This record gives sequence, C-alpha cells and structure tokens, in this order.
Amino acid sequence: MLDNSLSYVTDDGRTIGGVVMEMKNITLRFGGVVAIQGISFDIREGEIRAIIGPNGAGKSSMLNVISGFYVPQEGEVLFHGKKRPPMRPYEVARQGIARTFQNIALFEGMSVLDNVMTGRLNHMKTGLFSQALWKGKAEKEETENREFVERIIDFLEIQHIRKTPVSRLPYGLKKRVELARALAAEPKLLLLDEPMAGMNVEEKEDMSRFILDVNDEFGTTIALIEHDMGVVMDLSDRVVVMDYGKKIGDGTPDEVRNNQAVIDAYLGVSHD
Amino acid sequence: MAQMQMGAEGMQSLPALLQRNAVQFADAPAYREKEFGIWQCWTWAEAAKEIEALALGLVNLGVNEGDFVAIIGRNRPYLYWSMIAAQAVGAVPVPLYQDAAAEEMAYVLGHSGARFVIVGDQEQADKVIEVQDQLNQFEHMIYLDPRGMRKYDHTQLHQFSHIQDQGRAAYDELIGELAKRQAKLDYDSTCVMLYTSGTTGTPKGVVLSNRNVIQSAKNSAEFDHLTQGENILSYLPMAWVGDFIFSIGQALWCGFCVNCPESQDTMMTDLREIGPTYFFAPPRVFEGQLTNVLIRMEDSSALKRKMFHHFLAHAKKVGGEILDGRPVGLMDRLKYALGDVLVYGPLKDTLGYGRIRVGYTAGEAIGPEIFDFYRSLGINLKQLYGQTEATVFITVQPDGEVRADTVGVPAPEVEIKIGDNGEIYYRSPGTFVEYFNNPDSTASTKDAEGWVATGDAGFFEEGSGHLRIIDRAKDVGKMADGAMFAPKYVENKLKFYPDILEAVLFGNGRDRCVAFINIDLTAVGNWAERNNIAYASYQELAGHPQVLESIRSHVTAVNQSVAEDEMLSGCQVHRFVVLHKELDADDGEMTRTRKVRRRIVEEKFADIITALYDGSEQISTTTEVTYEDGRKGSISATLTIVDAEVKPGAIHKVAAE
Repeated sequence: MLDNSLSYVTDDGRTIGGVVMEMKNITLRFGGVVAIQGISFDIREGEIRAIIGPNGAGKSSMLNVISGFYVPQEGEVLFHGKKRPPMRPYEVARQGIARTFQNIALFEGMSVLDNVMTGRLNHMKTGLFSQALWKGKAEKEETENREFVERIIDFLEIQHIRKTPVSRLPYGLKKRVELARALAAEPKLLLLDEPMAGMNVEEKEDMSRFILDVNDEFGTTIALIEHDMGVVMDLSDRVVVMDYGKKIGDGTPDEVRNNQAVIDAYLGVSHD
Repeated sequence: MAQMQMGAEGMQSLPALLQRNAVQFADAPAYREKEFGIWQCWTWAEAAKEIEALALGLVNLGVNEGDFVAIIGRNRPYLYWSMIAAQAVGAVPVPLYQDAAAEEMAYVLGHSGARFVIVGDQEQADKVIEVQDQLNQFEHMIYLDPRGMRKYDHTQLHQFSHIQDQGRAAYDELIGELAKRQAKLDYDSTCVMLYTSGTTGTPKGVVLSNRNVIQSAKNSAEFDHLTQGENILSYLPMAWVGDFIFSIGQALWCGFCVNCPESQDTMMTDLREIGPTYFFAPPRVFEGQLTNVLIRMEDSSALKRKMFHHFLAHAKKVGGEILDGRPVGLMDRLKYALGDVLVYGPLKDTLGYGRIRVGYTAGEAIGPEIFDFYRSLGINLKQLYGQTEATVFITVQPDGEVRADTVGVPAPEVEIKIGDNGEIYYRSPGTFVEYFNNPDSTASTKDAEGWVATGDAGFFEEGSGHLRIIDRAKDVGKMADGAMFAPKYVENKLKFYPDILEAVLFGNGRDRCVAFINIDLTAVGNWAERNNIAYASYQELAGHPQVLESIRSHVTAVNQSVAEDEMLSGCQVHRFVVLHKELDADDGEMTRTRKVRRRIVEEKFADIITALYDGSEQISTTTEVTYEDGRKGSISATLTIVDAEVKPGAIHKVAAE
C-alpha cells in the first residue's frame, strides 16, 4: 500500500504521492568488484527521479537493480511496500515497469509501428492460434492495441516515420521510438537509461519536453540516468548522486547543487 | 456588372454557401483529416453542425460584430471551421503564419487589434502568451490541442471543444442572435483579412470582401470546370491567400472535399493516400519532388535507371504534345502508352499525382525544365499569376495553351494593362478593398478607377496574347553597358539542378554578374554519402572542393544557355560563391513564402559581394543567425570564390536603337 501521508503538490502543479519503490542497503558485486555499496533511496509516485554520477559510478547497475535484471547480494527492493523476490524480466514488465536502454535495443529490421506494437505484448491475451486466424477476438484486440499505439505515435510526433524500418532512422529518432515502445506498455514506472546521450541541443530539448509531457499527461513515475547536468537539474524533482558505487548526495536539484561532496566529486572542485 | 448565377442569389457569404452545401451535399465528405493513422471524415451536414456550435460558442464568449479573430496553426478542419464561424458571427478572421516568430506575431496581432486568438497547439499558445503584454486589445485565446495546456491559467484561455460545448448548451438563447448576424452578411461584408509577407517592409493587412472571395472562387471554378467531386490536399499555410481561395472559397462554392495532412512531415505520404484531383503547389514543392525522384533513381538498380531515363527522354519529346492534344505519330503514341504502364503511371502514383486533373503552380516562376518534366508525364500542370490583392487570380493558363515561359491569359472578368515602364496593372472583381488602417499604401497601390499596380514587369506576347513576366519591376535593372539585368531568369535556370536549392544573382549597374548559391542538403548530402565524402556540417559540405567543382560545371552550363538569349546574354555568372548557411525566413533573408529578399541579402552579405567583384580568392565572414525560438547566434566561415566560364553571347544587343 502506498503511504500517501508524504504527498505534496509541486510548483508546477503535479501531485507527488507516496513511495512506490524503495531501495534498502543495496550492495551489488560482480566477483570482486563492488558496483554498488550499501545504497538506500526511494522513488515516489509521479516524480521524476534522476540518478547521476561520473562514469563507472554504478548508475546503470542501479537501474538494472530497479528493473530486476540484477539481483543484489545484499539489501532489499520494496515495490509498493512489499519485498520483491527475484523475478524474470517479463514478470517485471507485468508489474508495470518499462525501460529504455543506453545502447538502443530496437528490432532494426521492423517498422517503427511494429516496434511500438511489441510494447503492447503484455496487453494481448489471445493465443497463437487465434492470432494466426486473426478472427473475432484477436482482430478486435489488435485494433484496440493499434489505437493505443497510434495515440503514442501522435504524442511523440513520429507519424512521419510510422512505416519506416528502424534501421533507416537517425539516432535521435531511434531514441524516441524506444521511448514510444516503453510507453506502449502503459508503465507505472518508466526507467530511462541516458535518454539524451549523443544528442544535439535541439534533440535534447525535444526529448526533455517529451519526458516532462509523459510525466505530466500520463502521471508516469520516471527514474532516469543522465550525464547532462543542465538537463537533470531542469527535469528532475529529486536527484541521487553516486560516486564509486556509493551514494554521496540525495535531494532536490538545488540541494544537490549545493552539496559539497557532490561538487567535489562530480561537478569539479573550483579553483578560486 | 451584376452577376446573377444560378442558385447563387442570396449566397453572398461563406455561411450562406455552407448552408447550401449542408442541404444539397449533406452526405458528401466535406473535410478529412488524418489523425491517429486513420482518415477522419466530416460530411457537409456534420461540418455545418460543428461550425454552428463553434459560432454559438464564440457569441457566448463575447465576440462582437466587427471584431478580429486571429487564427494560427497548421491546416486542420477545426481551423477552417473557425474562419467560417468567425464570419458567421460577424467577426473578421485573420489567419497568421504559424511558423512566424513571436515578434512577427505581435506585430500582426497588434496591428489588427485582434480581441480573440484561436491557436492549434501549445507552441502557438506560448508565442501569443509571450507577446500578450504588448497587445492592448487581446482578450481571449482558444486552443485546439489540449496537450500540455492543463496547467495554464485558464481565465483567458479556453479549449476549443469546450467553446463548442458551451455553444451547444446555449443553443436556445443564442441561435436567434446568430441567425440575425448571419442575415446581415452580404457581398460587401469583409470576408477575411490576410497579411502579405512582403519582400520589403512590414506586412500589410489586405482586406478582402465576400465579393472578392466568392466571385473569384466562382470564376476560377468555372474556368477549370471544378466539380463537387474534387479532392484537394490542404497543406499550404492558412495565412496565404491561395489556401484561403482553394480550401475555403472554391471548396464552399463547389462543395468539394478538403483533406488535411496528419502533420507537416507526413505531407508526401498523405498526398499519395488522397490522390488529389485538383492540386496546388509552389514551384519549390515540385522542385523538391523532382530532386527526390532523381536521387532515388540514382540509388536504384541499373535496369530501373535505364528504363527511367529512356522513357523520360521519350516523354520529353512527345508527352507535352499529347497532353495538349496536338498531333503525334502512332509509333510515338504507342511508345508513350508503354511508358505510361512501365514508368509514368507508377511514378505518378508514387508522387500522389495519379488522379490529378488540374494542377497549378504559382508564387514564383517555375524552372521550365521542371515544369515540362511534370507535363511530359501527363500531369496537367498549369501556371497562374496572381497576388493577395487580386484574391489570387490575375492570369491563368487555359487547358491546351500551357507553356513554361508565360503565365497565360487574363482570368475571367480580369482587365489588364501594361504601364509605360512595363509594370502590369489589373482590375477585377477580386480587387481588394483596402489595406487595413493604411490609406496611404492603399492609395499608392490602387488608383481611383480600381487599377492595381502589381510591381511586376511583363508584356503580352504577340500572337498568343499570353502574359510573360520578366521579373519584379524593381528587380529588373540595367547593367553598366545598358544590357537588361533580370536576375530571376538566371536564378531559375540554376535552381533546376537538384543540388542547387537557391541562387541569388547580382549585377544591377555593374559590368558583370556574380551569384550566391545555396546547396540542397538532401541532394548534396546523398551524393556525398555515395562518394564516401565525410562532412560534419552544412558549412563544411558547402565548402567542399568537389561540391564547388560540380556547382561550377552547372554554372558553366547555365551560362551557355543564357548566352543563347539575345536579350539577357549579359546576365552570365562570372564568379560565384557557395554560401555557408541556407537563406532563411527566420533571419529575414526570405519571406515566409520563401521568396528571397534581395535587398536584405545584399546588405547582409555586402562583404562577400565586394569580394566577388574585387577579384579576391577567399573571404572570411561572420553572419548572425536566428534560431527558431528567436535566440541569436553567429556563424563564421571562410568562403572560396569560384570563377566560372563565360560563354560568348549571341549578338550582344545593346539597347541603342
């Protein structure tokens, strides 16, 4: 159950609810390498939560722990207040968690539309046989899902590439298609691994707007990793700062910006 | 001259025409728009209901007779309805260019004194909000797409569908008022106010009456035998007079269907899906499509490429003749028919011109080679000459008398005379009422007898009686030796090459001509990719030695063809430079309808022009650029100046007789 006692309304009028997911003393090791060391933080309903840190700080590992792909050796992950057992990826998806990847993971040979349709997989109930016949229920189901997907295509403004094979798209658009596919799953929690890596300023601005719009229109909780400090500070409600697998800061962008440990580790030491 | 048309009596306004269509063509499609991947459709009866609800909502919101209602957004049925609804309540619709920067919008909104603004989406709404403090008369804004608008302060802001709902709810109270206002509309009521982009100075608000719009729509529809069954694709800016005439004037007059694309980027796909029967595009669109076709043919298999070029050469030979119904030999006809099955038909389908009956191009002169290309495929592409002040039509080409180098004969009911300096004057039922709040400009453009100066120089060709435009009257000049200087003529020849997007010729009062050239990034980028030429930016590609060399060969070829023209052989390009940035409307170098603003370009790049004339081989320059959101930056570049080969002219006729 969500504890809504902490809920508040942000300056721009969004309601942030109780804790959706909580990390408690997470430690993750790969053999002798300690990727994450005793980290605790939470993600609250409706917020945009950023995880930042220098290269190798353990951000992507952290996201993989949240998504259930890595199982930490120590600590526990509470989802909606309940301890989450080790799960297979499709089970995680069914819980309402969707993600995008740092290195785009789309089906290159398929059209944009088909790629986004794969995001609806968990919402398709009819079996292989009736899908193959494509009569009655299966047909109706596909139409409904297509309608939903079309709304996302409209939302992310990718109508013009609807039928284009993904392999022919430029990088920035591929990123947007990946976001579309994640959204097609109607996630409660959306994980974005460096959504703006390698983009130019204009593409970054577009993507930022889409992220804010997704959060605003669908009320989706978003956890993201990002390198671009300007983007992070503008977008997120709260920021976790990691360095060498440890948490060195946690709070609103302003708090983090003024945190001495963070300044030293990530933003650089000033020389005056 | 009282013009009484069958059934046209009493239909002296847009709402009156709408009422007729709602009865006479009740179940015929009136508007289509692709949304969520599907073409949504409204019949005339349904559209009339929607417009009525909106009109009632506008009355409910407090729109008074004589108010101005600005409309900003991409082509959508809802916004076309807004224009008709605005007129129905006695207000005047003022469509604005949606890609205009906030300051440009502020000027038009302030000048028209619009109390109400209807916008397409958040982007437009933000621009209006940004400048709203400068606007004294602005009161309410209505937006169409609610996305991102939820948290805005809604005291002055209303969702389009809510306005319609309120209108429906207040039906009983307000329908009497609406009917009363509609009954007052006649031929002399203002139909619309359109701001001209103007290649010089600030925009002027052209006031067009119902007479202007409805008479022009009627005459032109009869001229081309347009019927209720036509389909058009409405994708050109709503603020442009052409779109107003086609998508509102003619559509209401004939009762045909207006199709709106899904988004700007999907226009080509939507064009193919709709397959319009009546189509209008500025030369730029046809140029772009031709460039695309040529690029894609370069990428296709050898067999296809061979077939394409072989049959295209044949089409060039006989296609135009066949279209004009002139005698052509049997073998040639058979070969053309085969070509139609193998090449022309599929090509037309791909382009979306499979069903086209009448196509028009205007706005700028079209390169003859481009024009002939489309006609040779069997597409009845014609030219017309017009301007906002004439409610589009001044001259049009009748079927069977189409040529690339003329713009046709006077449109029905249009009188034309040529002034002493070669300037074209016209008088017609479409002649505008006035420039809004600008009696001086009105007086200097339109004389007491109703003759309007076009600002273009031209002459009637002996024999055919077709009008031939030379250039803008103020752009035509003389070179130092007295030979005629008509820049557009040369520029159009240059622009036919797929890798040249834009060209600007200089030479007025000088001893020789020089040119600026913009490369076409799509075409040159594709070429670079195929030839393994790496480049990081537009600027780098534009300065690449191989690009310069290929442009040089085009310029030489153009010089050759210019040399053959007796009158204009002096206009050959002696030296040129490939610019480091695209000429852009945001920087003021072009108008929103993408016509080059010669004077501004000349001033802005004065240093480059100097270098072109003083013989330097390179020029370093810094140019200010404006981004889409209004921020400014600058680009520095060192440009290489290229010498072109000049051909001996025919007989250089100096104007001394």
